[in-house]
Amino acid sequence: MPDMHSLAQAQPQQQSFNPYTENGGTILAIAGADFSVIAGDTRQSEGYNIQTRYAPKVFRLTDKAVLAVNGFAADGNMFVKKVRQRLEWYRHAHAKDMPIRAIARLIQTMLYSRRFFPYYVYNILGGIEEDGTGAVYSFDPVGSYEREACRAAGAAQSLVQPFLDNQIYFKNQTPAPGTSFPRHLPLPTVLSLVIDSFTSATERHIEVGDGLEIYVVLSKNSPSIQGLRDVRGVTELTATEDGERVFVVRRELKKD
Amino acid sequence: MDHFPTNWGRPRNDAYDPYGTFPLPHRPNNHAKDTFAEGVQRTQQPIVTGTSVLALKYKDGIMMAADTLASYGSLARFKDVTRLHPVGNYTVIGAGGDMSDFQYIQKFLDELIIDEFTAQDGHDLGPAQIHEYLSQVMYSRRSKINPLWNSLLVGGFKDGKSFLAYVDLLGTTYSASTLATGYGAYLAQPLLRKEVEGKEDTLTAEEAVRIMETCIRVLYYRDARSIDKYQLATITAEGIKIIDSRPISTSWSFAEGIRGYGAQTQ
Amino acid sequence: MTSIGTGYDLSASTYSPDGRIFQVEYATKAVENSGTAIGLKVKDGIVLAVEKLVHSKLLVPEANRRIQTIDRHVGLATAGLLADGRHIANRARDEATNYRDAYDAPTPLKILADRLGLYVQAYTLYSSVRPFGISTILGSVDKDGPSLYVVEPSGVFFGYNGAAVGKGRQLAKTELEKLNLRELTTREAVYEAARIIYLVHEDAKEKEFELELSWIGDETKGVHLPVPKDLQRDAEAKAKAALETFE
Repeated sequence: MPDMHSLAQAQPQQQSFNPYTENGGTILAIAGADFSVIAGDTRQSEGYNIQTRYAPKVFRLTDKAVLAVNGFAADGNMFVKKVRQRLEWYRHAHAKDMPIRAIARLIQTMLYSRRFFPYYVYNILGGIEEDGTGAVYSFDPVGSYEREACRAAGAAQSLVQPFLDNQIYFKNQTPAPGTSFPRHLPLPTVLSLVIDSFTSATERHIEVGDGLEIYVVLSKNSPSIQGLRDVRGVTELTATEDGERVFVVRRELKKD
Repeated sequence: MDHFPTNWGRPRNDAYDPYGTFPLPHRPNNHAKDTFAEGVQRTQQPIVTGTSVLALKYKDGIMMAADTLASYGSLARFKDVTRLHPVGNYTVIGAGGDMSDFQYIQKFLDELIIDEFTAQDGHDLGPAQIHEYLSQVMYSRRSKINPLWNSLLVGGFKDGKSFLAYVDLLGTTYSASTLATGYGAYLAQPLLRKEVEGKEDTLTAEEAVRIMETCIRVLYYRDARSIDKYQLATITAEGIKIIDSRPISTSWSFAEGIRGYGAQTQ
Repeated sequence: MTSIGTGYDLSASTYSPDGRIFQVEYATKAVENSGTAIGLKVKDGIVLAVEKLVHSKLLVPEANRRIQTIDRHVGLATAGLLADGRHIANRARDEATNYRDAYDAPTPLKILADRLGLYVQAYTLYSSVRPFGISTILGSVDKDGPSLYVVEPSGVFFGYNGAAVGKGRQLAKTELEKLNLRELTTREAVYEAARIIYLVHEDAKEKEFELELSWIGDETKGVHLPVPKDLQRDAEAKAKAALETFE
């Protein structure tokens, strides 16, 4: 048995390869009563360099599920690719799209299977549950997850989450006497909050900016469709006849 | 003459086998028994390196540029090395980082192209497919903690559409109308963005060459691992053109006026 | 046949008392039943042509190609079992890739033919395998100019100026011998190859066939490619016209 201590001293010290980096950007998602909004900026950066002004971080998985990934971009892209592959296999086996709560558990399993060489990404999954309610699931890099009403992650999490806590959970606010705060906000209000979150994050965080993509998932026959009517720059991405509908709103953010 | 090849180039061990009488399999050997006893060797740092690669989108397709130096640390070791390499009929890759890893990449991409050609199935790989393949290779190697130590640009033009994207040793990928690796990301990218962004469809080849020359010159002035010789590649509907290496013009007259550089002593 | 019932024809690893290996001879029979394949080595290149018998009208035109590409500069045509032809082509591709890996140069055809010969021969040694039911024509333009080889089921291979295998090989060889191959250009050779294939098909007129043509030469910059559609159409038209006036 060689003496481990002297062996380590004898070896030349090398700076070992670091398989991770951080690519900036921020994502967030908010659940409504019968809709879900998932958004992310499109800047990808490393250190002080902007690598590109357009690299999507939010991906439509099915007509009822949208996934936002933030952290190490190479891991993020690979992770989305693998999730999509699993969803396709599910479609071939069961002739329907995987329900969102199942996707959430699948994502936790996939993340935890790499517990000792993690995907360095924060995931937020938004969409519509089988009961028609809007859902948001958030994950840490190794798979801990919970269902929430709203969540921000990424570079500007610390700027956006307190704002959301205040505006959505009404933290540190007291209702006017004889009234109470609503449990869910209407779509137009949510969209304004999302846009304000990103314009503010762009002002105060160097890694956020360039472009904004807001995905909106509506449950079957949702009246919230009215809230999208007059929104500038909406594109519908719905692919099936299942009833749920997916839209994306694209906006510019400041590029400095 | 020692007629046992296993002993050639190896010190004799007279104490153990002075007359070389042991049969071959029982020969005493003086090296470690297990080739892998000291662990599998992996690239932990680049050795012979290339510096920046530049690329931009213009009216007719993609233009790429790279100087011709391969450095050994701070030594300008190889001064006429090609760092732009055609892959198939529609794609050029440009590499910074370890040049032996780059040569390995060239080799397996050339093999890939031949495999696709011999299939004769009416399909051929465009720049997007080659970039995706390369990304998967780079990412899987980083995941084995055995990276190919390069930053690569993939430029191409196929079916009337231009393509430009980046991939590096971590498997990180992105696409933009101007790209630069290495020091180029700091020195050339701002210049490229100013000249190109929003003008991708109107910029002429002559203007693009002028922009590239400016960037290469700036890099030569400020990047100590660069050289004043470079190559240009264009990928357009006409196909791939990689121009022979040529010098960049420089001017040093201003240096005379700089304290500590010119003739003045005070 | 004298071999039947003797027991000496059941395995490729058993000689008959007079020193023959019947399994190899049977493999040669499989080749003789196949549509003709020819190869021409001419002044500046190679032309390969195959009479591909189409056994059903339901087959997609140009499916089941019998001329295959091995490397940028190497083409291969087979006569015999189609599947064996594909297998040998894959093996040839592996050999070509290995050569490129080791020497960073395109494979000289002589070496490729040698390797394929060794491979085919190995299938004549064991009772557990069956020899290849194909003869393979290899054509290439390499550093020494055009070259043409044929590998037979026994594993022997020879270089040729003009090669013919399959059902109509005798007539095809007679026609090839009449040509001044050394002076011909690849473009002229395409016409001759088409004519010869149409001619040898006369004996099996009732069967439908497709003509496969490929070439390597100055006109293709040394790359093995199918003959362009318009040239092939013209060659076929001329071939049909020549049949009217033949003898």
